[in-house]
Amino acid sequence: MNALTRRQALTSAAAFGLSLNLLAKTAYAATSSRKLVFINCRGAMDGLSVSPPIGDADYSALRGGLAITDNALKLDSHFGLHPALASVYTLAQAGQVRIAPAIATPDRARSHFEAQDVLESGAGAVYGATSGWLNRAVGALQSQGKFSALSIGATAPLIMRGPATVSSWSPGALVNPQARLPSLLMDLYRDDPLLGPALARGLETETMAQDAMREDMTTAPPADLKAYAKQGQDAARKLGDTVAGFMKEPGGPQIAAISLDGFDTHANQLGLIAARLGNLDAVIDGIQKGLGREWSNTVVLVATEFGRTARANGTGGTDHGTASAALVLGGSLKRGGIIGDWPSLKSSALFENRDLAPTLDMRALFKGVLADHMGLDRKVLDTSVFPDSASVAPVSSLV
Amino acid sequence: MADKDLEAAIALTRFGLGARPGEMAHVRSNPKAWLLDQIRKEGADQPQANPATTQQRIAEFRNYGEAKKQAKDAKANGETPAEYDPVKMAQKQLREETGGDFAARAQLGASTDAGFRERWTLFWANHFTVSATKLATATVVGPFEQEAIRPHVFGPFATLLGAAETHPAMLLYLDQAQSIGPDSPAANFLRRPPGMGVGQIDLPKRARGVGLNENLAREILELHTVGVNGGYSQADVTEFARAMTGLSVGGLREGAATIGASVFRPQTHEPGSRTVMGTRYPSGGKEQAGAILADLAAKPQTARFICGKIARHFIADDPPQDLIERLTQAWMSTNGDLGKVAATLVSAPEAWDRRPAKFKTPYEFLISSWRAAGGSPKDITVLAPTLTALGQKPFSPPSPKGWPDDTMSWAAPDTIVKRMAWAQKFADRATADRDPKILAADALGAQLQPATATMIARAESRPEGLAILLMSPEFQRR
Repeated sequence: MNALTRRQALTSAAAFGLSLNLLAKTAYAATSSRKLVFINCRGAMDGLSVSPPIGDADYSALRGGLAITDNALKLDSHFGLHPALASVYTLAQAGQVRIAPAIATPDRARSHFEAQDVLESGAGAVYGATSGWLNRAVGALQSQGKFSALSIGATAPLIMRGPATVSSWSPGALVNPQARLPSLLMDLYRDDPLLGPALARGLETETMAQDAMREDMTTAPPADLKAYAKQGQDAARKLGDTVAGFMKEPGGPQIAAISLDGFDTHANQLGLIAARLGNLDAVIDGIQKGLGREWSNTVVLVATEFGRTARANGTGGTDHGTASAALVLGGSLKRGGIIGDWPSLKSSALFENRDLAPTLDMRALFKGVLADHMGLDRKVLDTSVFPDSASVAPVSSLV
Repeated sequence: MADKDLEAAIALTRFGLGARPGEMAHVRSNPKAWLLDQIRKEGADQPQANPATTQQRIAEFRNYGEAKKQAKDAKANGETPAEYDPVKMAQKQLREETGGDFAARAQLGASTDAGFRERWTLFWANHFTVSATKLATATVVGPFEQEAIRPHVFGPFATLLGAAETHPAMLLYLDQAQSIGPDSPAANFLRRPPGMGVGQIDLPKRARGVGLNENLAREILELHTVGVNGGYSQADVTEFARAMTGLSVGGLREGAATIGASVFRPQTHEPGSRTVMGTRYPSGGKEQAGAILADLAAKPQTARFICGKIARHFIADDPPQDLIERLTQAWMSTNGDLGKVAATLVSAPEAWDRRPAKFKTPYEFLISSWRAAGGSPKDITVLAPTLTALGQKPFSPPSPKGWPDDTMSWAAPDTIVKRMAWAQKFADRATADRDPKILAADALGAQLQPATATMIARAESRPEGLAILLMSPEFQRR
């Protein structure tokens, strides 16, 4: 083996890939400018705090001190937004946000892990699929032309796992993809179906990161808890901005998936959820501002595995529930009211006398976005992206 | 299996935490006996950590909360802060203690002669996850492992289960400590109308903080015993949660001796009999939850769920059914004797397939790298940034499910690049005058593939040779 030759081969391959990307961008300019970001709020985000139903007569009584009422950012007489979602609120006033206030996956499990699997696999039930629906959507788009996707974080989430090749990236030390060791390892991994493609994708993304990163991600240790919270939001905003930077690169990813953790608010919910939603708001703000004019080509989806109990529990929090809220944001959304119906919080309307009842299947919303915004056809959505889901009609008129 | 060289390599890398220089030659004479000899009634080794107990750490944490409050009050009163900042001091102390615990565990992993014993222990620590992601448990993960897990990893499962679920760290992590029976004497007292008793406190506010929390009950069923398909319902979760009320962590008013210790408070226990998974448990105190835990430990669903997890951890993401069957039988016929289950695992022919099918987690990759180089991590500062970047922040699994145990979770393109960057830096510092060809033979033995050996032999420097070894497909797996 001649290392120098391998290195040259690798370099020229990268150059070839890049030029191919540029060509592809021109050739598919009409459709390929569409972008989608999926933000998964893990831990069962409380929909009744995200978009508090301020017009529902039972809300305050059920939630007591956890109800977001007077300080809600008022959207209309029925719904508001949590005060930590200030940037989302600004977008909402411009008609660029829609809320699905009572949405759920098709499975009624109250286990985080099972429900996250259902949300991410896009199957009708637990263990229904071993790859993710966003990966299968990427596969369908790749079959139409050059198309790439990126998952953010050190581990690959199920939603992006599967047959289609997807890159991953997380903030950290940069390496020089042109150094000697990477080319030696590419050679050593030639017959390794796992490590070979993974390293190749990783190096490609690293090259892109060096162009996309406008600022150093490292920050100084926080001085106190307030500064810590602010630093969390600054980091979240920077993350959103970096993702936007990736997506604006020539040949950059058009689909990205981000996970935010820590929404499992069994106790002390008021403080916890304000901090988590503050981070969510900052990520969205970073993406929206970072994308600039490309925001008009972008949809951001925010969802969670299930909601939380309608009543507060005994420890200032809420337990595992059923329906929650999802958000759709984007520069070209059509104006409209809530997505799906509001089931109300009357005790007769609660699911199992406990949870907000779902009125909309999560897959209907995802299919609507993939159809209207990404141009995937109904048959592909019904069969391969969301298996056996022909009976679940896509939400229409979103974009 | 006849080939002792291959057996030694599998024993050290798949069942153990990787081979240190010289171990391959030592283990080769009888690899299976080397594994079986590591199983012992007294449990796992203890890391040489700061000897503070969970109770001391929780007391420290309460002092920190107190100091924080005093500093805030002082500031609000316009007083100038003390010369030293008690809050910063406490935060620094908390960071150092937790970092010290983790480094001690990593040093044990890097240096132990009983790598199988340690891997077996890490499996159970992950099964009963307590994570430092929660502020209240940030400093007690190390002590929890030492007190509740390590002594019991080769004993009856029921004993391990009892020790883990009633440990103060678990009670805090999964919110059991604040769960109160809705009809318990304490709840009724707090809900009494104003004007009765010595009502100095703001009653409505107090009463809001009184009630049931299902978190621990649910996770015991879903993650620790019968598993998510174990045949329980939402009603079983709630009933089990009611039975566990009373179980909590001692506070200030209960006296210095019990601050931070597990306590049972009869006045917060929900009265009455309970029915969980079809069995009725008569009313009683802490025995009620104890009886439910004992029954859960003995259920065949528990044996099957956990034996499947053991097989997936040690052998393959998709392990042979025969192996799960064999482990489950050993479990059921010995009432969950974990020493017997461990012996069954290392004696099972299905466990010795020559292909290494498991992709190492970041922690396993780092520890095995130190072992291969014959070294040990100096302190937390060399561990924490790397593990965090690779997705496995020390003591901080993202959820009660613990760290994932499958290839796809750890082999994302970005982390391969980060592993490579770390291997290069590690090799630059670790190699000095060592011959990477010998290090490779020592670390992988019969598992070293010709392509890797050739590339190491042709490396342009010793560090490059070691980095190739650490990043080779066979070293990344086990």
